[in-house]
Amino acid sequence: MGPALAGARIDRGRARVNSLFDAETLRAEFPILGETAYGKPLVYLDNAATTQKPRAVIDALAAYYLHDNSNVHRGAHCLAERATAAFETARDDVAALLNASREEIIWTRGTTEAINLVAQSYGGSTLKPGDEVVISSLEHHANIVPWQQVCARTGATLRVIPLKAEHNGELDLATLDTLINERTRIVAVVHVSNALGIINPVQDIIARARTVGATVLVDGAQAVSHFPVDVQALDCDFYTFSAHKLFGPTGVGVLYGRRALLEAMPPYQTGGEMIEKVTFETSTWNQLPYKFEAGTPHIGGVVAFGAAVRWFRAQDRTAMAAHEADLLAYATQQARAFPGLKIIGDAPNKVAVLSFLLEGAHPNDVGTLLDQQGVAVRTGHHCTMPLMDALGIPGTVRAAFAPYNTRDDVDRLFAALEKVRRFL
Amino acid sequence: MSSGTDGLDMNSLDMNSIGLGRDITADDVVDNLSFFDDWEERYGYIIDLGKQLPPFPAALKTEDRFIRGCQSQVWLELQHDAENGCLHMAVDSDALIVRGLAAIVLAALNHKTPQQIADYDMADYFSKIDLLKHLSPTRGNGVRAMVSRIQGEANARL
Ligand SMILES: Cc1ncc(COP(=O)(O)O)c(C=O)c1O
Repeated sequence: MGPALAGARIDRGRARVNSLFDAETLRAEFPILGETAYGKPLVYLDNAATTQKPRAVIDALAAYYLHDNSNVHRGAHCLAERATAAFETARDDVAALLNASREEIIWTRGTTEAINLVAQSYGGSTLKPGDEVVISSLEHHANIVPWQQVCARTGATLRVIPLKAEHNGELDLATLDTLINERTRIVAVVHVSNALGIINPVQDIIARARTVGATVLVDGAQAVSHFPVDVQALDCDFYTFSAHKLFGPTGVGVLYGRRALLEAMPPYQTGGEMIEKVTFETSTWNQLPYKFEAGTPHIGGVVAFGAAVRWFRAQDRTAMAAHEADLLAYATQQARAFPGLKIIGDAPNKVAVLSFLLEGAHPNDVGTLLDQQGVAVRTGHHCTMPLMDALGIPGTVRAAFAPYNTRDDVDRLFAALEKVRRFL
Repeated sequence: MSSGTDGLDMNSLDMNSIGLGRDITADDVVDNLSFFDDWEERYGYIIDLGKQLPPFPAALKTEDRFIRGCQSQVWLELQHDAENGCLHMAVDSDALIVRGLAAIVLAALNHKTPQQIADYDMADYFSKIDLLKHLSPTRGNGVRAMVSRIQGEANARL
């Protein structure tokens, strides 16, 4: 435990001490946190759906359109050069964040498009009847449906790592040795479950995939904002995430791909930007990463995302993680004491997400009544219908914390829940 | 139109016993809701209204009564009264607030003729009770889908 982690231990005797991490200073950087909902101060706990944006990111987006707007890689003029430089600097920032090289960072619209790119280009060009693709029970629809569809098209079979019998949301890794076998071509797993917050032991899954020579994609949409991700250390082939869940704008996503695989893969979409030479008969593809970036990209979004990544990397990430761990522990402790509350996915290894049900209450009713009190949560199946089916529940109420949340937010959540409980 | 079950014996749902649209009218709902100024009273009333709706027996929770586009489960039963031409309705949901919103819809449309249903200004009703936000497609509670199903059934009988 580093000094910052140790520093986050809380003196329970003092009222409203969050940790040594200064969440209040951080909050001041997020203008939207000053909003009210129905006249009540906003408690934003829907951070797994999208995080809020710091001033640095909002300013970068405005500055781009105020000063630099131009198309990239094309115009021989001053603005085009500024726009291109900012756009490509963002790629360097993301490469550094993941410990990858810049040619391996492809801009997409989000995690969903990044996974579709891999499923269609890599899966579509390599899968054959009899091949198997392995995903897990914890997947978001974005990491189910693209594989399901490419399997249907190629004749490959989709297999699913099941949950443990005790249904605490953890995957049953005992099945890995049989599920991942010599027929397995692709393993696509979520790093952190969006519905439950559980951190998957992806290193074990990747290690098993390596023994059979399968290619591995990790859906990191819910991971990158919570802990450092190093794609070299992970030894995955593809890693995907969305800018908007990492304090950046919507409409931008990242696909990391191992260079040798990206070189070998056919393009996903074709058109401008991604070509080297075009005649009416044939075309040759541009070099990486541009081969996978057809058309004018979301330049402003990418530039603002670069600012988000720089902002994020400048934070004391260890202290941030300790603060989030404190929020989770504090919320979990209150949840356990709350009458009729059942934590869904009560596993030891989680990011700061509390998914739960109140006995006898539909999650949507709980969400609506929390909303009336200014507390923003997500309710429903969280785009993980097969997971909800496996757990035998219609959905959950999900409170997902970010570093700008405080113990006070947790207290307000439970005070509001207490009203809901008496109400329903 | 699979949920129109003219003359069929639905024994376990007594459609006539549902007072919404007869004993509790749209005007009652508008009046009552305009009284309340905090969310607790408002939602308490909405949930109580929902309690006017009898739960469906499992046999009636069929695919053709199911309303799609809801995060919660919603079923609509609709019967045509051959004697007076009215449409009688019942709704069930596993979520209390959705059940309450359904009751608010039925206060306006239940036990009415297809012509009355087709002529009814739902947008005006909803704006009076300030529940429009519940009807945005993103809320996913299916109230909009329920209203269009009822209007569709009514239009088909004009
Ligand atoms: C684990 C996971 N995968 C994929 C996605 C899809 O991300 P996006 O909608 O940004 O493409 C999400 C977003 O909710 C997610 O949480």
